[in-house]
Amino acid sequence: MSSQRIGESKWKNAVLGILAWVVSLLVFFPVFWMVLNGFKTELDANTDPKLLFEPTFEQYRTVTTQTEGLLGFQEAFTNSFIAVITSTVLVMLLAIPAAYSLSIRPIAAWRDVLFFFISTKFLPIVAAILPLWIIARDLDLLNTRLVLIILYTAMNLPLAVWMLRSFFNEVPRELVEAAQIDGSSIWGQITSVILPIVAPGIAATALLCVIFAWNEFFLAVQLNPVDGSTVPIWVSSNVSTRGNFLAKLSAASTLATLPVVIAGWVAQKRMIRGLAMGAIK
Amino acid sequence: MAEVTYDGATRIYPGTDIPAVDSLDLHITDGEFLVLVGPSGSGKSTALRMLAGLEFVDHGSISIAGRDVTLEAPQNRDIAMVFQNYALYPNMTVAANMGFALKQQGLPKEERAKRVREAARILDLEEYLDRKPRALSGGQRQRVAMGRAIVREPQVFLMDEPLSNLDAKLRVQTRTELADLQARLGTTTVYVTHDQVEAMTMGHRVAVLRGGELQQVDRPRDLYSAPANRFVAGFIGSPAMNLVDVAPSDGAVTLGTMKVDASAAAAAAATTVGVRPEHLTFTSDGTPGEVVVVEELGSQAFVHVAIQHQGERTVIVVRDEGETQTQRGDNVQLAIDGPTHLFDAEGNRITD
Repeated sequence: MSSQRIGESKWKNAVLGILAWVVSLLVFFPVFWMVLNGFKTELDANTDPKLLFEPTFEQYRTVTTQTEGLLGFQEAFTNSFIAVITSTVLVMLLAIPAAYSLSIRPIAAWRDVLFFFISTKFLPIVAAILPLWIIARDLDLLNTRLVLIILYTAMNLPLAVWMLRSFFNEVPRELVEAAQIDGSSIWGQITSVILPIVAPGIAATALLCVIFAWNEFFLAVQLNPVDGSTVPIWVSSNVSTRGNFLAKLSAASTLATLPVVIAGWVAQKRMIRGLAMGAIK
Repeated sequence: MAEVTYDGATRIYPGTDIPAVDSLDLHITDGEFLVLVGPSGSGKSTALRMLAGLEFVDHGSISIAGRDVTLEAPQNRDIAMVFQNYALYPNMTVAANMGFALKQQGLPKEERAKRVREAARILDLEEYLDRKPRALSGGQRQRVAMGRAIVREPQVFLMDEPLSNLDAKLRVQTRTELADLQARLGTTTVYVTHDQVEAMTMGHRVAVLRGGELQQVDRPRDLYSAPANRFVAGFIGSPAMNLVDVAPSDGAVTLGTMKVDASAAAAAAATTVGVRPEHLTFTSDGTPGEVVVVEELGSQAFVHVAIQHQGERTVIVVRDEGETQTQRGDNVQLAIDGPTHLFDAEGNRITD
């Protein structure tokens, strides 16, 4: 076997293989069960756990059309898409120049600046929510998409700067110098030389920003309880105080997961390479 | 067509007190191939990067074609540089790599394509124009890096150890091609290397640096026959010149029992005597010694001989032309047959 190294027994490999499968299944099982429950009736979902049942789209119909909650399916997804995509684009537009000035051509106090970026993540968001709420109220931003766009941008920016910097660090210095001597402007150096090389890293960073913004719950629920709220809030609105809701909730959760799964699948190849590159550094 | 002048150019890296390049004065004439050579840390690359505009000049100035470029950005210096690792743009084809600078200058597409094709023809790269750098061999990449420099028709070529990533055989071949190319184009070239053989074979003149200071700049032959100091004497030439410490003695300098030609004044000042291996010979009535190593090269051999010099065992290298008859353990006798060099306590050459 090519995967077997000299001096390692077949048994050891087999045990490690089984262990990997067990861990994977443990992680995957709740997701699998969620998807399964979404196709059950409430009755099936809430009685003895069963694998065999008559699948139904009833729950999907209910969660996508119901209007009893304040937040409808379409509205929540529209809000989420707009907040997530706009904030991610903003993050990348700000983080790429920042990473450039911290890596390719480091500014004088680049260490301090880098530390400042990450220090903004030290404060638990709970501690900041009251001032944030007051500021948002005074600026008439409560229950708007804009407040989420601003906060998601601020939330993901430090992470994106850190990640992009480590990818930018892998660009050979001479390449940038060659472009400089060839007469390329800073903008030209970034677009025609640096970005093509760090494209995998940018894909990985953007995907992570998308995931974090898509899954964000706390800020959305606090600042936008009435209007402009997002998919996680819509999912939780399917938890009701009377009657069974497990199947409905599972269907809603599955729908909420899909866009991220698709985004991850699209970026997968680049992302894996990107994360591995970051790991070696 | 351009001259290059370093005038007291100094570079001190932030956080250090010792200059990486210490008030370098150097004048490079139009069309000259000047080699900067020195061991690592000698400041040769820094000196080149200062000329390229990639390194700040702390004191002094640098001019190209009579124009002071000390504070000019790299793109405004009309230079082209070949990097040690080639620094080819990995996402661009060979043609795009070579045409990149022309594109930045805003040249029309047809003109760009014409000049890229012309450079590709000179460098024998025509069939690779559509390939990406990763699909090229090391030698081809090196030629693309050269091509990127020559399409620009710059005033000065800067080359930072461009051959050191090639294997030995290709390096020797490319060395001659590069020297020939430079001669044909007639473009002023500054070339950095740590390899003294490259320096000697390619340079019209060679500037030897050490610890950021210029030691000597001369034609290769003069550098070899009249090294300005002990460092240059030991650095230039392979195998290196035999450099042996001598105690000051009245009126005469001796290496073992061999008498070295020197005036009384020179002999009084000398602390080191230098003899190149080819200027020593085996004889029947010279200084006795024992052969410790024989380096056989076919056309010649370098024989390491241990002699007694001022009461100490000293190994010196002798060139034996043709097929050598000596073997390890042989007892031989040496004599000086050629010029010798004397250096004073500061290491400077003593001229009679």
